[in-house]
Amino acid sequence: MRRSTTRQVLLLCALAALAVVTSACANEAAPQDVLSPSGQFAREADRLWDIVFPIAVVIFFIVEGLLLYALFRFRRKPGREARQFHGNTRLEIVLTALPALILAGVAVPTVQTIFSQAEEPAGALQVEVEGRQFWWRFEYPELGVVTANELHIPVGQPVRLTIRGFDVIHSFWVPRLAGTIDVVPGRVNHLTIQADEPGEYWGQCKEFCGLSHGNMRLRVIAQSEQDFLAWVSDQQLDAQPPSGAAAQRGLELFQQTCTSCHAVAGLPNTPADDRGLVGPNLTHFSSRRTFAGALLENNDANLRAWLDNPPAIKPGSVMPDYNLTPEQIDDLIAYLRTLE
Amino acid sequence: MATAAIPQARRGLLARPTATTGVWSWFTTVDHKKIGILYWATAFVFFLIGGIEALFIRLQLAQPNGTVLSAEAYNQFFTMHGLTMIFLVVMPMGVGLMNYLVPLQIGARDVAFPRLNAFSYWTFLVGGIFLYSSFLTGGAPDGGWFGYAPLSRTLPGDGMTYYALGLQILGIASLAGAVNFIVTIVNMRAPGMTMMRMPVFVWMTLVTSFLLLFAMPVIAVALFQLLFDRAFGTNFYNPAAGGDPLLWQHLFWLFGHPEVYIMILPAMGIVSDVLPTFSRKPIFGYAAIVFAGIAIGFMGWGVWAHHMFAAGLGPVANSAFALSTMFIAVPTGIKIFNWLGTIWGGSVRFTTAFLMAVGFVAMFVIGGLSGVTHAIVPHDAQQTDTYYIVAHFHYVLFGGALFGLFAGLYYWWPKMFGRLLNEKLGKLHFWLMLIGFNVTFGPFHLLGLSGMPRRIYTYPEGMGWDTWNLISTIGAFTIGLSVIVFMVNMAYSRRRGEEAGNDPWDGRTLEWMTSSPPPEYNFATIPIVKHRDDFWHRKYIETPEGVPQRVHAGAAAEGAADEEPHGIHLPSPSYFPVFAAIGLPVMGYGVLYAWPLVLVGAVITLVGLFGWAFEPSVED
Repeated sequence: MRRSTTRQVLLLCALAALAVVTSACANEAAPQDVLSPSGQFAREADRLWDIVFPIAVVIFFIVEGLLLYALFRFRRKPGREARQFHGNTRLEIVLTALPALILAGVAVPTVQTIFSQAEEPAGALQVEVEGRQFWWRFEYPELGVVTANELHIPVGQPVRLTIRGFDVIHSFWVPRLAGTIDVVPGRVNHLTIQADEPGEYWGQCKEFCGLSHGNMRLRVIAQSEQDFLAWVSDQQLDAQPPSGAAAQRGLELFQQTCTSCHAVAGLPNTPADDRGLVGPNLTHFSSRRTFAGALLENNDANLRAWLDNPPAIKPGSVMPDYNLTPEQIDDLIAYLRTLE
Repeated sequence: MATAAIPQARRGLLARPTATTGVWSWFTTVDHKKIGILYWATAFVFFLIGGIEALFIRLQLAQPNGTVLSAEAYNQFFTMHGLTMIFLVVMPMGVGLMNYLVPLQIGARDVAFPRLNAFSYWTFLVGGIFLYSSFLTGGAPDGGWFGYAPLSRTLPGDGMTYYALGLQILGIASLAGAVNFIVTIVNMRAPGMTMMRMPVFVWMTLVTSFLLLFAMPVIAVALFQLLFDRAFGTNFYNPAAGGDPLLWQHLFWLFGHPEVYIMILPAMGIVSDVLPTFSRKPIFGYAAIVFAGIAIGFMGWGVWAHHMFAAGLGPVANSAFALSTMFIAVPTGIKIFNWLGTIWGGSVRFTTAFLMAVGFVAMFVIGGLSGVTHAIVPHDAQQTDTYYIVAHFHYVLFGGALFGLFAGLYYWWPKMFGRLLNEKLGKLHFWLMLIGFNVTFGPFHLLGLSGMPRRIYTYPEGMGWDTWNLISTIGAFTIGLSVIVFMVNMAYSRRRGEEAGNDPWDGRTLEWMTSSPPPEYNFATIPIVKHRDDFWHRKYIETPEGVPQRVHAGAAAEGAADEEPHGIHLPSPSYFPVFAAIGLPVMGYGVLYAWPLVLVGAVITLVGLFGWAFEPSVED
């Protein structure tokens, strides 16, 4: 993070007037920091920034410096008149050509990167992404895995996202792994991401998509090859019928109330495939660290609050308030905890 | 005009209003100066409303998990803040100054179509009121000023229908105004006022008007399609039925990017008039600055898809628009250098108007540089829809356009009202606004780069955004304070402001030749123009060494309005422009609530236009 701090300080200088607060900026950890790329594709973008930003800072200081100098030097003084000149053609040509040349220089690596990033790298893991109000659906077509809000990827391998829309426009963004790409209903977009280090990479929807746009988060969980494969084989399993009275009651309630929107593979009278349903597939719900569009940590307290009144937590949520009693909620949680 | 031959019976539907003073005269006036003041005053009221919305937004975001606004309210507030500041503040403030000044600066007695001018104003006013009435009828627009489909066609409530109808009404006002200014500038210049002798502000008005003329129809089409989708169930933007959400984006930004220049060019024109006056020098590179403005006008049509770099248009389109976006920086840079060159070698007086103009240049440089970084498409994919973008366009539209508009107001206020604004209060206003502005919007760069998206009503702790959001909110209230200082200044000036006289700044252009405020007819004798900066050349001759020397008193006053003129026929006041305008929102409410109202509104507007058409423009 040191490099990014330096640049934040540089940027601050560019904001000149704010000398007051130079130290405060770097003290907070920022999990969505654009300036801390952690994969090839984010780094390529960052490299272009590293070219352009210093140029911009230099131009900033030259222009603002000249402006301040002129204001000081040519302030009204008794006995000195303004010189009446109307222009200087040679200077004008130079000052037109110079920025044009700088920009042409910047354009070359920009266009190169645009084209190289549009290509699909060889050996990429394929994932289909769908953005919905207000959560993310991820499907690994080669692996037969469907999950929500948390995208598991192996480190060091490019991951090719095929991105489709569903309701309105969203935007897929995990800043430390790649730039954003819109999720446009009726169109198919692509994005390649890659993570160098295992860990959680945070992101969120970036295109205004309605009431809970601000609550539409996501996480990419980058794992070693081994851990990733272990996760995949877990996810490929069907759910098992629960044991325990509370979980049993929870399952019954689940089948009455929840299965018109949520799939769980491996249960009778329950859709196994979530295609055509509006809610996330819950087959491995309790293996997820978060839920409700990666908004809430997946613990019982949060789940209880959520089931009590979803729109109170996520305004505009498709899932309505079912007026469940506290006992019903406990049963449902007991059941959901069996979905690992 | 051969009005004398028209018999009494064909005088029109209503008895002609005659008052030129008093409250009622403001409703019927066709005087470009009164209309200009109306525009500015109305826009200022909207500025206060939009500013209050901004303060609420900043309060909500001052801390993580803010509870000041609900998600519903927040979405309405940020949408209305954007719509207000763009359509009801920056544009009409520019139009207000254009109205007041263009005829004066080209030596004309009014605009080409005075009643159309009044119609533009009243249409703007009723359009703004219509848009705001949505707050009282169940919810304001809540889909963003950009109204992206398909969200905008499916959002519940009437908000986005108000949006589609309200912007349509405001578009009519802009179109009528654009035609009026183009005809005025092309046809009504005083003898000798060739195009290349026009003040830069008039040039920028001309370019802006052409941009409006071509941009407004594009958004009109998109808005009608959106309205049809919402009101009649059409599927222009419904992907499930084969509609294309990207069609909206193309149409919207094909309007939306020229719109950016519609907002900034008038301010550039103002600055190009203010800097020379207070530097006691002609503008540096007049031709270059004019041609750069025209070039921006043309190139502004070729950059719209840089708003869509994340939409997935493909590498060829993205590269093309990256290049055009980079190169529109070149004419913009030319203007910056020319403003520097104008100050260079001058004898600078630090008036508030000058400080505001310099503030424009200094802040616009920052907005321009961050704008160039957006052209780096792979990195724009990081910046887009974050606070970095919010920082950029506030540096351009607040640091740029609004500072420029305030420069114009401080500069021309004494011409409009005959009294100067107080310089001490003015400077307090300037410094508070400059500091508040940078404290508010500077941190947005950092927030964006640390990953804070736009248009989120809440954010959790631990994102690294807390400190800067709090600082930004403090800055926003500092701006609020500066606006209060400005209001005090206006009130002070009205009662106790220093008498301005005709030419308080030692001005260069024709408006300073006539009295302050100017008589209704502007000039007793239409001036004959022999130079660029004609009024300056009436006051000064240059020695061979390029030093200006005052010519004997009296020569400057030639053509000034110090004698009662005879035989000037000015257009008479009229009821019909306001009448015709009132029908438009009635039609809008008809679409929303009861179809017969559409008919009522149409009849009102048609009767207004009918009466207008059969009313002689000059009453004897």
